[in-house]
Amino acid sequence: MKTFRIGGVHPHDNKTYSAHKQITEVPLPQKAVIPLVQHIGAPSKPIVQKGDEVKVGQLIAEAGGFVSANIHSPVSGKVQKIDAIKDAWGMTMPAIFIDVEGDEWLPEIDRTPTINNICKLEAKEIIEKIKAAGIVGLGGACFPTHVKLMPPPGKTAEVLVVNGVECEPYLTCDHQLMLEHGEEIMIGIQILMKALGISKAVIGIEKNKPDAIEHMQKLASHTLGVSVEPLNLRYPQGGEKQLIDACIRRQVPSGALPIEVGAVVDNVATIYAVYEAVQKNKPLISRVMTVTGKEVKNPGNYLVRFGTPLSDVMTVAGGVPETTGKIIGGGPMMGRAMNNIDMPANKRVSGMLLLPESESLRKKPENCIRCGKCVSACPMGLEPYLLSKLSAYQRWDDMETHNVMDCIDCGCCQFTCPSARPLLDYIRVGKATVGANIRARAAAK
Amino acid sequence: MNIIWISLTVLGCTALLAAVLLYVIAQKFKVEEDPRIDLVQEVLPGANCGGCGFAGCRALAEACCKADTLDGLLCPVGGQETMKKVGDILGLAPAASDPMVAVVRCNGTCEARPRTSRYDGTQSCRVVNALYVGETGCAFGCLGCGDCVKACQFGAININPQTGLPEVDEEKCTSCGACVKACPRHIIELRKKGPKSRRIWVDCVNKDKGAVARKNCLNACIGCGKCQKECQFEAITVENNVAYIDFNKCRMCRKCVSACPTGAIHELNFPPKPAPKPVEAAPKAEAPKQESQKAEAVTKVESNVEPAKKEEPKQ
Repeated sequence: MKTFRIGGVHPHDNKTYSAHKQITEVPLPQKAVIPLVQHIGAPSKPIVQKGDEVKVGQLIAEAGGFVSANIHSPVSGKVQKIDAIKDAWGMTMPAIFIDVEGDEWLPEIDRTPTINNICKLEAKEIIEKIKAAGIVGLGGACFPTHVKLMPPPGKTAEVLVVNGVECEPYLTCDHQLMLEHGEEIMIGIQILMKALGISKAVIGIEKNKPDAIEHMQKLASHTLGVSVEPLNLRYPQGGEKQLIDACIRRQVPSGALPIEVGAVVDNVATIYAVYEAVQKNKPLISRVMTVTGKEVKNPGNYLVRFGTPLSDVMTVAGGVPETTGKIIGGGPMMGRAMNNIDMPANKRVSGMLLLPESESLRKKPENCIRCGKCVSACPMGLEPYLLSKLSAYQRWDDMETHNVMDCIDCGCCQFTCPSARPLLDYIRVGKATVGANIRARAAAK
Repeated sequence: MNIIWISLTVLGCTALLAAVLLYVIAQKFKVEEDPRIDLVQEVLPGANCGGCGFAGCRALAEACCKADTLDGLLCPVGGQETMKKVGDILGLAPAASDPMVAVVRCNGTCEARPRTSRYDGTQSCRVVNALYVGETGCAFGCLGCGDCVKACQFGAININPQTGLPEVDEEKCTSCGACVKACPRHIIELRKKGPKSRRIWVDCVNKDKGAVARKNCLNACIGCGKCQKECQFEAITVENNVAYIDFNKCRMCRKCVSACPTGAIHELNFPPKPAPKPVEAAPKAEAPKQESQKAEAVTKVESNVEPAKKEEPKQ
């Protein structure tokens, strides 16, 4: 069985809490708050005003640039105000507040569960539709999908790599989506293959989801050009560069995008959103989230409309247990502990993990013993011990020459460190500073 | 016996030869250097802190010897006195400069700023700032991990365990600016030391709207603009919901201090009660508490007060 070739770790997957729990819809909130920053790139520009009536699926904010995405209203009601909110980490960002009244959808959205597998649109029209629907990568990075589908001149896509890996421990939303909506995902893959003008797609799924592998294999056997690649367990297999290496044995060069080796990577959740946008005219207004943890009453996979406060989602999942020490947005490896659970659900949040107090405290960092475990664990071939030291001494230029920008924030180094050193903490600071320096240099030119 | 003489002669000759050779080479490749550089460097404090903007004390000495005037060349550690000595060596007049001191512009003490989360990660402000808002709700205030303390080479800044905020020892502070650079939230500022070390500044940099700022911290500047109206010298500007006092325009009348409804404007080293100066604005409910705080502050630093300088702030 294949896996990627450099580095990686193998944390316990802990998926049993929420695995195979049917996707359930979370009731609509009284008031929806839709942040204008839900993706990588420029913030969206609101096009509604205070007092406007909006319906579900109506465009309320336009993309603010090429790398940006539209935002649609996930609820129907009246726009209350456009104001600043605090995000899950306490930082301010602009958002549209909507008072929810009923649940009135735009008439062109097809809400029937029938599966529509005929797509007569041209490649360009498909990309236009995906762009209009505001679809971004739901795997975590939230990179606008339409940008990926338009390779820069001189580059051609050859393979679509579908990310069904879900290598983050605890999270099960993609797994459940594949089980429940496999057929739609398969149609979505065909739509994307048409949009890219390619005839080959590989679905990578880790072997801890045997039922999903079997299900997708069965569906793929009826579909031309699509194959399923069962993968050995290894974190961070869901990182796009690692997945390309694992599935099609190509290595993306340092600093380049996957298109350099002819690959386009999309998450299964993104592909399901593509299906809904192209075949059902439904823009991206909801997503499946995992709420899980050892002591959560009803852990499971929840279909959440954007704008619903995460605390509401938590209530549906049985409330926050008293022993909770940390609530993490996302999985335990890449997610960040939140300090504000009134934050509304959005395209970015793929799950909530409630860790009990006993598991949430960090170990006391000891001195580096130069064992080199972080170096062998780094899936990008970097030297985390060195980068973290350089960051602590603020040697930003040296960090740049040691390729800090290749770091994918996976946290393998910190996970594997026997001295519990806060390697990623420092590398993240360095990455932010070096990135700002590079952008400043580019702007000066 | 013979062997001793032979070895002594051989060694002596070799040493002599080497000495001659070294002397010739030294003369041939002699680097002509301004002899005053060494003299100037001797006068400089030798802290190599980089506060002057040069790589170290020697680099500043070189720059001083090359320059035609001493304008813009200042050793913040040594201050005016050192520059006067440098000027004497070089025969130049030192540029006039006001002594500066680092000022921490956050008064979010433990009582004023309720904690909303607990952070157990790396104790570094830079790291916390990259991660999230910090342990309190204020996204602009001091994080209290002490990056400024680590940056200070002179031991002039320390975290007060009671307030959780850094405090500057103005006797030790050399205004090199290392803490200003180290603070990821840009709270620390170099301000004029002021006559008799008297200073007034806005003790907050929170850019949130008034209500939000106040919710997160009782001592926050809410950007109400009362101080701006009170100031007769146009020294105060309110931008992005936070007031700022221009220390070059401030005449130390202290009207803004009593006008501030949240007590965000801080005064230091003033006499406890300004008897000859009647305060125009009616004293607020918080005034007595403030007064006692002030008195406390004054008693604390009274021993540090410098000999009075007859220097009035310029317009």
